[in-house]
Formats: sequence, structure tokens, C-alpha cells
Amino acid sequence: MESFVFYIFALMTITGGWIVIYSRNLIYSAFSLLITFVGLAGLYGLLMADFIAATQILIYAGAVLILLLFGIMLTARKTSIEITQSNLPRLPGAIISSLIFLLLMVVIFSEPNWNSATNPGVRETVPMIGKLLMTKYLIPFELASILLLAALIGSVFIARREES
Amino acid sequence: MDYFIQIVTDLLPGLNGLPQWLVIPSIMFLFGALIFTGIAIYSLIILWFERKIAAHMQDRLGPMEVGGWHGWLQTVADAVKLLLKEDIIPAVADRKLFKLAPYIVFLAAFAVFAALPFSDKIIGSELNIGIFYILSVSSVGVVGILMAGWGSNNKWALFGSMRSVAQFVSYEIPIGLSILVVVMSVGSLSMRDIVMAQDGGIFNWMIWQNAPFNFIAFLILFIAGTAETNRVPFDIPEAESELVAGFHVEYSGMRFSIFFLAEYANMLAVGIIASTLFLGGWQGITGASSAPGIGLIWMLLKGFLIVLVMIWFRWTLPRLRVDQLMYVCWKVLVPISFFNMVGAGIWIGLSS
Repeated sequence: MESFVFYIFALMTITGGWIVIYSRNLIYSAFSLLITFVGLAGLYGLLMADFIAATQILIYAGAVLILLLFGIMLTARKTSIEITQSNLPRLPGAIISSLIFLLLMVVIFSEPNWNSATNPGVRETVPMIGKLLMTKYLIPFELASILLLAALIGSVFIARREES
Repeated sequence: MDYFIQIVTDLLPGLNGLPQWLVIPSIMFLFGALIFTGIAIYSLIILWFERKIAAHMQDRLGPMEVGGWHGWLQTVADAVKLLLKEDIIPAVADRKLFKLAPYIVFLAAFAVFAALPFSDKIIGSELNIGIFYILSVSSVGVVGILMAGWGSNNKWALFGSMRSVAQFVSYEIPIGLSILVVVMSVGSLSMRDIVMAQDGGIFNWMIWQNAPFNFIAFLILFIAGTAETNRVPFDIPEAESELVAGFHVEYSGMRFSIFFLAEYANMLAVGIIASTLFLGGWQGITGASSAPGIGLIWMLLKGFLIVLVMIWFRWTLPRLRVDQLMYVCWKVLVPISFFNMVGAGIWIGLSS
């Protein structure tokens, strides 16, 4: 049962990624990211990382994807729904990606003893994440929020300067 | 869910002979079908209510003919008409996106119901992160709205969908911040724990806790929830006078009614979420009752009450302009909810 659900989500993730790369219509590529994100969230959910799964959907499907779509829709020619994309340098792309894949495989299989954890079952992950964020990972967490704040102020500044 | 599975297996003892991997998913499917039917029937009823309330507020009678008593069959007749209507797809529309969009919008609205607690036993899935799941899943509907606007290949539809999405993304922030106030006072994201923390009568409900802070949070949640469901006074995405009908202007027949169903499902979801977080959920005015159906009745009563207030809004308040809409969100609701959250945090810290 669990492996069946796993294969469904894995298939969703890969199909979404396939369409993103091979669709000739840029809008289709952007929308099919939704399939990938939901599939990934499902995979996280299967790993008992419920909080990460919900965050995945909230941040990626609810915010990043919307930003992407807005970007495409606001920059495209308004008169046509045809926005094409092409993958021109195919051969170099194929060589680079297969090299990366090979490297990953070499690293994965050269590690002889993977620690396999037993399934911890359903547990509350939110308090653990919260404690870690406020103790061990406090500085990265605060740095990330300062970065986001800087980006926010910068975007407001740019938007206001265009107005005047 | 376990309770529902138990009920079904008690009713049909023959199911025990079948393998588990077949029985459990089909019972879950049955539960989903029940919820779906419930949403459909609820929207028929609430639509009739809305039209009658609107009519009486404007000193009219509203539908009076179909079905005899006060036109109670009117919405059923309308639904049948919508189902039988020709489904028109514009010639220049992007057919794939156009066809897919209503289902994504409805899927997001429907997925929210999986985590809503209708009573202490009737709940689709008792997630640890219940309210956070609801927040995240409901944001997928935005993608469907954008898809509808783009797929229609119509400038009004595109404007409507862009407005709707901008509004949804903006109003998500005050909603999240006001939900955080409740989560801070309870110390859990689980819908069940939140209702359990409000045990023991009307004065223990979350809306009265933490002096003024939870009450302000409730007001913010309610206002922003009205905006998220694209209801008046925040129905800029479908402003008839400027955009014809917004993102669903090209839709007709069945696909249009799916959008409609999603909107009314979202209204009920906002009602149930608000009453779960602040109004004691399935608990009555005097506390939880042990009788089986009472919790469900209380929950639906509170949900309906909030939906009715939303309808009352619609026929009372004029529509906001686009810039006013963004002003209300970013310069009024967001700062208030930030201060409110900080204040609630200090209050909880001092009183504990």
C-alpha cells in the first residue's frame, strides 16, 4: 500500500518535471510545476515529515509558482497565448546532466554503510523543528530573515522609484 | 476517520473478509463522496437563503414560484439548468488549461474539508498540523484561478484572475497571523487540540481569551476570510461593472457551476475554521455533549451563522476599489495583526 502510494507520488514528480522541460509552451511548463510540487509534498508526507510537506505546498505552489506565473504573464505579449520555449543546446545539456547523474551515483554507491532508521511513526514534528530553529540553527534562521527583509525593502524601493 | 471506518464495518460485516488495502481506501472514498454530496446540498440551500435574504433586505420577495412554498425549489431548478446547459469553450481559448482550471479550484476547496472537524469523531484526517495543512492546501486554488484566467484568453478574465490572486496572496498574511494567536494560546496546530482547549461552555471559548487580543484576531480572520472567498465587499475579482464576471467570464454550464460550488464550499470552510478556532468548534454553549449527533449540529450551526453574516455583508456594504482593497490589507490589517500577535505573545508570557 505504502509503496503503491510512493510510486504514484514519484510518478507525479517525474511527469511534472518532464513536462516542465519538454513542453514547447512556457505556460504549460510553469503550470506543470504544480504537479511536481504536490508530488514532492506527498513524498515528504510519506517520510512522516508532515510539516515540511505542508510548507512545500504553501511556499512552492502557493507563492513561488504564483510569482513565476505572474512573471510570465506580465512580460509576455498580451495578444497571444503562445509563448514558446526551446531547448536548443541539447547535446551539451545531455552530457552535463548525465555526468552529474553519474557523479551522484558514484557518491551514493561508494558510501558502504548507510544508516537505515526505523520508521518512527506519526509524531509531532513541529515542536522539534521550532526548538531547533530557536537554539541550534538560530543564526542561519535570523540571517535568512534579514535576507528576506532586505529583498522586501529593495523591491518596495524599486517599485516606488518607477512611480515618480 | 477511524470512527467512520468502524461504523461502516459494523453496518456491513461482510467487509471483514475482504483485504484491508481494498476496504480502507474505499471507505475513505465513501467519506469523501458523503462530504461532496453535503457540499452540493448545502450550496443549494444557502443559495436559496442568499437570494431570499437579499430580496427581503431590498424590500422584494425573491423567488416565489418554483416548488410552491416561497420558491424553495428555485435553486434546484437552476442547478438542473446549469447541468443541462451547453458547455461552451471559446475558439481561441487554451483548451487544456481552460478545461482543467475548475477542477483545480474545486480540488483545493474540497481538500480543505479533509481536516475540518465536524464533531469530535467525524473528521476526515486528524492531522498534527491540521490548521497549517488547511492554510497550505487552500493556497493551491490560486493556481487554478490563474489557469482559468489565462486559459480563457480574454482580457477581463486575465485581469480578474490576477486581481483575485493578488488579493488571495495578500490576505493570506493577516489570516496566518491571526491563526498564530490561537495556536500560541493553545500550543498546538491540531484542530482537535484547539477545540479541546475550549472545553466547558461559552466563556471558555477562544474568542474571549487573552483579553482583547483573541477577539481582534477573530475579527481579522473574519474580514480576511471574507476577502479570500472573493465575497463582497472584497469581490473586486468579479466586479460586474468593470470586469463583466472576472476569471469565470468565459465559463458556462457545468464548469461554471464547479467554480460556483468551490466558492460556496470555501465560504463554509471559512465559517467552520473560524468557529473551530474561536467559537468552540463542536462544543455547545454549555459545553460538549456526549450524544453522537449534537456536535455535528453545533458545528454546522456555527458555520452557517458565519456564512449568513457574510451574506448580510454582501447586501450591506459597497464594493471596495482595487487600491482600497490593497490598502485595507497591507496598511490596516497586516500592521494590526502584527501588533496583535506581539501583544498576545506578551500577554500569554506574562500570565503563564
